[in-house]
Parts: sequence; C-alpha cells; structure tokens
Amino acid sequence: MAMLEVKNLSISFGGLKAVDDFNITVEKGQLYGLIGPNGAGKTTIFNLLTGVYKPDCGRITLDGTDITGHRTAAINQAGIARTFQNIRLFKDLSVLDNVKVGLHNHYRYSTLEGIFRLPSYYRTEKAMDEKAMELLKVFDLDGEFAFKASNLPYGKQRKLEIARALATEPKLLLLDEPAAGMNPNETEELMKTIRFVRDHFDMTVLLIEHDMKLVSGICERLTVLNFGHMLAEGPTSEVLNNPQVIAAYLGE
Amino acid sequence: MKAYKNKILVQNLITYGLVIICYIVIQALMAGGHINSLLKGILVPLCIYVILAVSLNLTVGILGELSLGHAGFMCVGAFSGAFFNHAMSETIASDQLRFVIALFIGAAVAALFGILIGIPVLRLKGDYLAIVTLAFGEIIKNVINVLYVGIDGNGFHISVKDVASLGLEADGEVIIKGAQGITGTPKTATFTIGIILVLITLFIVLNMINSRTGRAIMAIRDNRIAAESVGINITKYKLMAFSVSAALAGVAGVLYAHNLATLAATPKNFGYNMSITILVFVVLGGIGNIRGSIIAAVVLTLLPEMLRGLNDYRMLIYAIVLIVMMLMTSSPKAIEYRERILASFRKKETKREA
Repeated sequence: MAMLEVKNLSISFGGLKAVDDFNITVEKGQLYGLIGPNGAGKTTIFNLLTGVYKPDCGRITLDGTDITGHRTAAINQAGIARTFQNIRLFKDLSVLDNVKVGLHNHYRYSTLEGIFRLPSYYRTEKAMDEKAMELLKVFDLDGEFAFKASNLPYGKQRKLEIARALATEPKLLLLDEPAAGMNPNETEELMKTIRFVRDHFDMTVLLIEHDMKLVSGICERLTVLNFGHMLAEGPTSEVLNNPQVIAAYLGE
Repeated sequence: MKAYKNKILVQNLITYGLVIICYIVIQALMAGGHINSLLKGILVPLCIYVILAVSLNLTVGILGELSLGHAGFMCVGAFSGAFFNHAMSETIASDQLRFVIALFIGAAVAALFGILIGIPVLRLKGDYLAIVTLAFGEIIKNVINVLYVGIDGNGFHISVKDVASLGLEADGEVIIKGAQGITGTPKTATFTIGIILVLITLFIVLNMINSRTGRAIMAIRDNRIAAESVGINITKYKLMAFSVSAALAGVAGVLYAHNLATLAATPKNFGYNMSITILVFVVLGGIGNIRGSIIAAVVLTLLPEMLRGLNDYRMLIYAIVLIVMMLMTSSPKAIEYRERILASFRKKETKREA
C-alpha cells in the first residue's frame, strides 16, 4: 500500500488557484522529489499535507488513514513530520531540548509527576536524554547538545530541524528545501544524511528542492509543479529529460 | 551531560538558597530588635509581591504572552479565600486550618477564572491579549465593588444592589458588603507562612519549567508553528501555563486578604496600577528569569519604604533606580560588560586552581 496518497487536492486564496487538482502517490521507503519554479505551490502543498491550510477539495491518505482536514498536531501524531524552508527552531531552548520537544508525545509523564519529581519523571527524562543523544549523534550534533539552538551555525540548524522531526517518529518525512543556503560540500554531506535517514530509520521522504544536483542525485521519482498545476510525474531521469519540464523550469 | 544537568540544579538551588538566607537574616535581625515596625509591616506584602512576580513571569517570560490583568486573579483569590474564611468561621474553629484551606480555595477559584478567561483570550496575540487581560482585571474589580453576598439559615444570598435587597433573615450575616468589601478577616498571615508560600511557588514554577510541560510551553513561545508541527497541543499547554500562573496569583491574594483587617477592591490594590507594578518587577528582573523577578520585587518594594526619609526626592530616586536596573538587565552593552567581568573572574579562578 502507498505510504502517502493524495487525490485531486486543490486550494485557492482569493481568486488565485494556488494548487489545482494535485495528485501524488509515494510508496513506502521512497525518496520522492517535488520540484518547480518559485511560486509553483510546492510549500503550499506541504502546508496542506500538514494541516496548516485546509484544502478546498481532495483527499489525503497516510498509510491507509484519511487525514484530510485534521489539525497539524494530530497529523504529526498520525505520522507526518516536516522541516521548514525558513528554519523554525525553538531558538532559546538548548539543542538537546529541541529534540526532546520532538519526543514529547512518545515519552510521557503528567505535569504533576513533573512538578513533584516522582520516580516516573527521572525514569522518563533519562530515557528521553538517551534517545535524544542517539538522534543527535546521527547528525553529528552530540558535541553541541548544550548550545542554544540559535547559536548553531546555519548548516547544523538545518540538521537539527531534521533531527527534531525524526524524534516524533514519523512514517513520512517532509523536507522543505533542505539544501537552501548550503555550499556544495554541505549539500554533498546532506545527500548522504538523507540517504542514511531513509535506510537507517526505514523512512519515506518527500522533499522540495531547487538544487538539481541533489534532486538528480537522490530522488527516485519526481513531480514537477508549475503555477499550481502538475506538469510531469515519473522516474527522475525521465522527468528531467521531458521537454516540457526543460522549457518551464530547467531551461535549455 | 551530567555537568549540564548539574548546572540547572545549582541555579535552582541558588534561587531557593537566596530566599532562605533572606529569611534567616531577617529573623535574626528581628530577634535582635534591629527592625522597625514599618519594615515589619511590609514583610508579608514583600512575600505577596514575590509570588505575584514569579507567577506572572510564567505567563510573560515562559509562555511569552503579555498579561496585564494579573491583579484581577489576585483579587479573585483574595475574595474567594476571605469569603471561605467567613462562611466557615463556625464550622472550622481553627484560624490556621481555615487559612490553609482558604489558600487552596483561592488557588482553585483563580485557576478556574484563568481557564475561563484563557479559553477566549489565548486565541489572541500580543497587544490584543494584553488589552483584553487589562479589561478583565478592571471588570473583576468593579464587579466585586458592587457585589453583596450574605448568608443565613437558607444558604447564600447574592445581590448587586444593596444589603437590603439580599432579604436576609434576622440571624443572617452579610459577608461581602459591596465597596466596603470583607471586614474582620482574622490576621493569620505571617512572614514565615509567606516565605513558605514563596518557596512552594518557586518549587512549582521551577520544576514545571524543567519538565516535559515546561519544554512544551517554551517551544510554543519560541515558535508556535514548529511546536504544532511536532505534535504539541497548543491550546492545552497555553491554558495550563495561564491557569497555573493565575492560581499562584490567587494564593498571593489569599495571603493578602489574611494580612489586613479590611479587604476592599480599590484601584490601589487590585487596579491596573497593581498589574503594571507586577509587570515592572518581571521586566526589570529579566523576562523569563525567575530569580531576577524575586530580586526586582524585593528591591523595588523596599526602596520606596527605605527612602521615606527623603520625602520629595523619594520618587526621583525610585525612577533613577528603575532606569539603571533596566539598563543593567536589558542593554546589550551592559550585558556584554557584565559577561566580560564575570569571565575574567572565572579565568582568575581557574588559574589559581591550576
């Protein structure tokens, strides 16, 4: 069964059809790319998938469950985690605490247990610390766990966002321009990390990206978007050689 | 990891220690007869202000929402606590026991108001939230000013007109008398009880901040959209912070009610001036800095009293201290300078150790 299935998704803002009749099927374990020129509606689709916007029509199914119109927090608990184009970290919290906020729904104790420091508090916090450090190690951030998130260099902030998203134990990871603002070396490293995340966490990944090297390097399938419409869909090599796509987005 | 955890623990212990040391010093001074009656009179209000400042910091600093109605919650707590004390004066003989139960009642009623006000208000942001909370504080004060509540054999009677309209039987007693408020509450509050309540407030607030709940609340403050995207229930945690803050203000209110013979809702004690005063403690102590709130509340309460001898210059000096404290805690230059001095101290220490 497909991990993510979207049918006839549309939304308009005022008179503008931002996304019109969008369809996508992402299989489990796939690395799927969503590309298109600026303003094509890529981030709007992410916002629709995560419940930030409610679609005018269409259906979104995650791993067999209908999540159309659910609230953002509920959609995260159903299994979609995301990162943001403009990094959104909890900037005054430590790197460790950023990841621990991601673990919020999987390691529980009540507020009263927290205030009165009952044994469950110490037990759960210890387990949280271990799990969070394990995740930070994957992204080579364990050395900076006590830093304030806003004090991390840019590339590491991007990584921390991915680590925080993974902490929520999602089935599907949405990455919104993960390579934005990175130099070629960092992008190279990021590609390795994304592949590692897919293999290590058995993750399905849907990503938006403008960096064609990254897209052609790691995505198995692509959907191209232009002015809210789907322009092409298929295996990466096929789509990138599609004359329509070249005309609209890639250029001669 | 261990060093990092210990750092938080040490910081919290310093905060508790500060309060306990102050208590011991004042007790010692009192035993030696070095404290005049004027100062003795403001010891309990000092505790009240500290509780109010710490609890408001939970809303302003930790949740990141500007609330200007904190005195309203204090007012609710004060009146419900004092009302309980009067209503139960025959059932429960011990003044102390009634006071302790009144603390819980005051906290619970203030928390309830926190939730009721919070549900609509927390949908707003920034300036709008501040204005609505400001209005709430004023409404509470004005409603209580025209409220008459009496008790007789048939139970409670409530009116917003006058005593006569309560229609009490001959044996009835009027508890809340409109603008005159509640009179004759036993003066059970002492400095020791005040300090215990300060410590309990600190315990609740500091432990809450350093737990799963506190992290969720601070995550909402730092980035609401990101917090939602990792599955945090925004409404639940906003309401929780707001109502805990209100409940603690209610406790301060009960303490206030049991420190005075007459409790009336005047603009001076529960008006927006009071809310602003508490906010000034929080802002000057450093937003989100609990220990700072305590220090600011103590200094800014003591200062006007200490300067009474200077008559005309009193408010001038108060204003200068406000400005200096503001610069010290908020100006980037001053913070940089402070950090540099502290760093050089640390360097010297490590050298000596080596």
